[in-house]
Amino acid sequence: MKNCFHCGEKVEEKQLVYFDEKTFCCQGCKTVYEIFSANDLKSYYDFEQHPGASPNEATAKFNFLDNQDIVSKLLDFEEGKTSIVRLYIPHIHCSSCIWILEHLNQLNKGIISSQVVFSQKKVTITFDREKTTLKEIVLLLAKIGYEPYISLDNYEQKPRLIDRSLLYRIGVAFFGFGNIMLLSIPEYFNVDDLWMQQYRGFFRYAILLIALPVFFYSGTPYYKSAWRSIKAKSLNIDVPMALGIIVMFVRSLVDIFFQDGQGYLDSMSGLVFFMLSGKLIQQTTFNFLSFERDYKSYFPIAITKLEDSEEVPTQVYDIQEKDKILIRNQELIPVDAILLSEKAYIDYSFVTGEAVPVEKKSGEKIYAGGKQVGRPIQIQAISTVSQSYLTQLWGNEVFQKQVDQKHQTISDKASQIFTPVLITLALVGFVVWSFTSYTAAFNVFTAVLIVACPCAIALTAPYTWGNAIRILGRKKMYLKNTIVIEQLAKADTVVFDKTGTITANHDEKINYQGESLSSDEINHIKNLVRGSNHPLSRRLYLNLPDNIINSPDFFEEIAGQGIVGQFDGNTYKIGSATLVDAPEKIITNKTSVHISVNDKYKGYYEITNHYRKGLSALFLTLKSKGYQLFVVSGDNEGERNQLEKLLPENTKMLFNQKPEDKLNFIKKLQSQGKNVLMIGDGLNDAGALAQSNVGISISEDVNVFTPASDAILDAGKFGQIDLFLHYAKKSMKTIRLSYVLALTYNVVGLSFALTNQLSPLFAAIIMPVSTVTIIGFVTLMTHYYARKTFKKKLIKKSEPDKCHILSKTSKLSLGKVFRSWV
Amino acid sequence: MGVIYILICISVFVAAVFLFLFIKSVRGGQYDDSYTPSVRMLFENKAKENKDKTNKHNQSKSN
Repeated sequence: MKNCFHCGEKVEEKQLVYFDEKTFCCQGCKTVYEIFSANDLKSYYDFEQHPGASPNEATAKFNFLDNQDIVSKLLDFEEGKTSIVRLYIPHIHCSSCIWILEHLNQLNKGIISSQVVFSQKKVTITFDREKTTLKEIVLLLAKIGYEPYISLDNYEQKPRLIDRSLLYRIGVAFFGFGNIMLLSIPEYFNVDDLWMQQYRGFFRYAILLIALPVFFYSGTPYYKSAWRSIKAKSLNIDVPMALGIIVMFVRSLVDIFFQDGQGYLDSMSGLVFFMLSGKLIQQTTFNFLSFERDYKSYFPIAITKLEDSEEVPTQVYDIQEKDKILIRNQELIPVDAILLSEKAYIDYSFVTGEAVPVEKKSGEKIYAGGKQVGRPIQIQAISTVSQSYLTQLWGNEVFQKQVDQKHQTISDKASQIFTPVLITLALVGFVVWSFTSYTAAFNVFTAVLIVACPCAIALTAPYTWGNAIRILGRKKMYLKNTIVIEQLAKADTVVFDKTGTITANHDEKINYQGESLSSDEINHIKNLVRGSNHPLSRRLYLNLPDNIINSPDFFEEIAGQGIVGQFDGNTYKIGSATLVDAPEKIITNKTSVHISVNDKYKGYYEITNHYRKGLSALFLTLKSKGYQLFVVSGDNEGERNQLEKLLPENTKMLFNQKPEDKLNFIKKLQSQGKNVLMIGDGLNDAGALAQSNVGISISEDVNVFTPASDAILDAGKFGQIDLFLHYAKKSMKTIRLSYVLALTYNVVGLSFALTNQLSPLFAAIIMPVSTVTIIGFVTLMTHYYARKTFKKKLIKKSEPDKCHILSKTSKLSLGKVFRSWV
Repeated sequence: MGVIYILICISVFVAAVFLFLFIKSVRGGQYDDSYTPSVRMLFENKAKENKDKTNKHNQSKSN
C-alpha cells in the first residue's frame, strides 16, 4: 500500500502509476502533476503533503458555458477586455490550494490575476476576454482537480455588497470613548482647582463635540431597532438601551449648559462601544457554509436540450413542456419528465433518502431531483422547472418566514419585565423627589435610567452565544446564528429522518445469508457482476473481496432480472428472486441480490444501510433525559424490525412519509405545544427542517449538499447530539446566572441614583466594571461548561454500544462467509 | 497654560488620523478576509527561496 503523491489516496501496489520517481493512484493525478511540473508550479507540493484531488472527467458537463447569455450572468464584472468571475470551489482546503489558485496565470496566459478567499472557498479570477473564455478557465480548473461548483443559484445571485457599517460604527465609538475618557479625567480629580475652573468650559465643550458622532452615528442601530419594537407593541432589549443612551445624552446637555456639571458622555460612549462590540462578537458566521440553500443550489444552471438531434445547452428556466433533454451520467434531472430511452437508473437518494437507485423503463414518469446513474438518457419534459413536484415544496409558506421573526430571545423577554419596572422606579423617584425640588427630581429620574441601563444584561446573551457558537463550531456543529442556541436548549422533542441521517449513505454493508459459498464461487460472482452496470451489481462488486479477473465463458444480462453466466461449466444466476427461483419464505422486502449455482438456490446478499455509530446510545441518553423521540422516513417499512431492536422501546416510527407529510407532522407536534428539533439530511427534509423550531441537517461533507437549516452537523459527530443539546442548556444557565450578577450591580447603582448621589465619576466606573466582569464571567463559564460537557464523551465511548456490537456481529457473519476465501 | 488648547487639539487630531486610517482600511476590504492574507504572505518568500535553491543547485551542477 502506498499513498498517491498528488491526492494521498492509498493504492494497491499493482495499480500504482509511476512517473518522475513518484507514485500516483491514477492517470488523472499523474496528469495534474505533469501540468504543474511542466509549468514550474511544483511548489504546490511543498506546502502540504498530498494536497490535490484527482480530477473528474468534465468534458461535456460545462458545455453550457458556450452560451454567452449564461456566461454574462455568471460574471461579476465585465468591461472592455476585462472580465471578473467568482467561483466556488469546494476542494479548497489548504495553503497549497491557495498557492496554486493564485498562480493560475502561469497555466493560462489569458488570466490576469486570481485571488482566493479561503473562508468562503471562493476564487476571484480576472481574465482577458480576448485571450481566453470562462469555459477554458473552468475546464482548466476541473483538469487540475479544482472543479468549480456552478448551480442555478449562481445564475440568480447578485454579488452581495458587504456591510461594513458595524466596523465603522465601532471605530467611531471607540474613538469617542477613548478621547472622552481622557478629557474627563482632569475634572474627576480636580473638582475645585483654580486651574480647572479656568479650563472647565473648554474640556466640556470638547467632550460634547466628540460625543456628537457617537450619539448620532454609532448609536443609530439601537434607536431604529427600539422604534421598530415599540411600533410592533413589544419591548425588546434595545428599548431600554436606546432609552438609556438618549437619557444620558439629554441629561449631559442639561448638565453642561444649565447645571454646571460635566455630564455622562464618557459613560455613554463606553456603553455604545461595548454594545456594538457585543454585536460584532455575535456576528460569527461560518462563511464557508451556506444555511440558505434551496433546490436552486443543487440544480444545474443549464441542461442539454435536443433539437433535431442537435445538442443545445439551454438555461433550465427556458425548458418548456415537451422539450427533449439529454441527461448524462451523474447529471441531475431538473424537471418532471417522461423517459424516452429504453431504461434508466435514477438515484433519488438526495430527494427521498432512498439509498438504492430506482430502475425506470421507457415511458415511465421521472420526477425532478433524481440523478441518472450510467449511460446517457433522453427524457421529455412534462412541466417547467418551477412547476415540478419537488420545487413546488418551496412554495410552502414556511419558506417565506424569516428566522429572526420566528423567535423572541431571552434578552427580549428579560426586557419585557425589566423595562416597565425600570420606568416605574424612575417615575417613583421623580415623584418622591419633586417634593424636595424639581431639579433634584429631574436628576434622580435621569440617574435611575442611566445607571440601570441594562448594558450588562444586554451584553450577556451576545457574549455567551458568541462564545458558544465558536466552541460548537470547533466541535463541528455549525450554527446559522446565535438565536439557534436558545432554541436548541428549549427543544423537548427530537425527530429524526432515517436514510442519510441515522444511517450513513456511503457506508452500507452487504451481508450474505444462506448456504456458504466457496472462494471460487465468490470469485466467479464478482467477475460476473463486474460486467453489469446495474446499481446493485456495482454495489456488490465494490463490496466483494478482491479477486483475479477472469472472463466468463458465457454472460447475459436480463433486463430487470439479473445476470446469467457460466464459469467452468457451472451456470450462475445472480439477481431477483424470480430469476433464481428463490424459495418463497426467503423473499423479504429488503434490498437483496439472490444467487443460484446450477439452478440450485444458494442464498442472497442483503444490502443494508449501516447505522451510524452511537445510534442506540444516543437514543437511550436522549430518552433518559426526557426527550420525546420520533423517526420519520420516506422509505418503506423494510427496516422497522431492525430499528425496533436498536432503538429504545416506544420510539415512534413513521414510514412512507412524503416531504409534505414530514412538514405537517412537525406542525402537528408544534400545535401540541412541543418544541421540535428536526434532524435530517436531504431535500425531502427541507420542509420539515424549515417548519421545526430548530432544524439540523447532517452532512458527510459539510461543504456540499445540505438543505436550508438552522445548523449543520458533521456526520461524524452524530453520536454527540445529546452533548450539544446539553451544552446549549448550560449556555442558557450561564446567561441566567449572569443576569443575577447584572441585577446585583443594578441594585447597587439604583440605591445611589434614588438617593440623588450618582456622580458622573461613579457612573463612569460602575459601567465599565460591570460590563467587563460580566464579559469575563460568561467567557469563563462557557469554556468551563464546554470542557465539562465534552469531556464526558470519553467516558461514553467506553460504554458498550448496542449498535456497535451489532455491526460487529454482522462483520463476524460476513467473516464466516469469506473465511474459506481468506 | 494656554498651551493646553494646542496640546489637546493635537492629541485629538492624532486620534482622528488613526480613526481615518482605520476607516480607510475597512473600506479597502482589509477586514473582509482575515485568513487568506496570512497564508499568502508566506508564499512569495517560499517560492523565491525555492527558485534560489534551484538556481544554486544548477550553479553547483554547472560548477
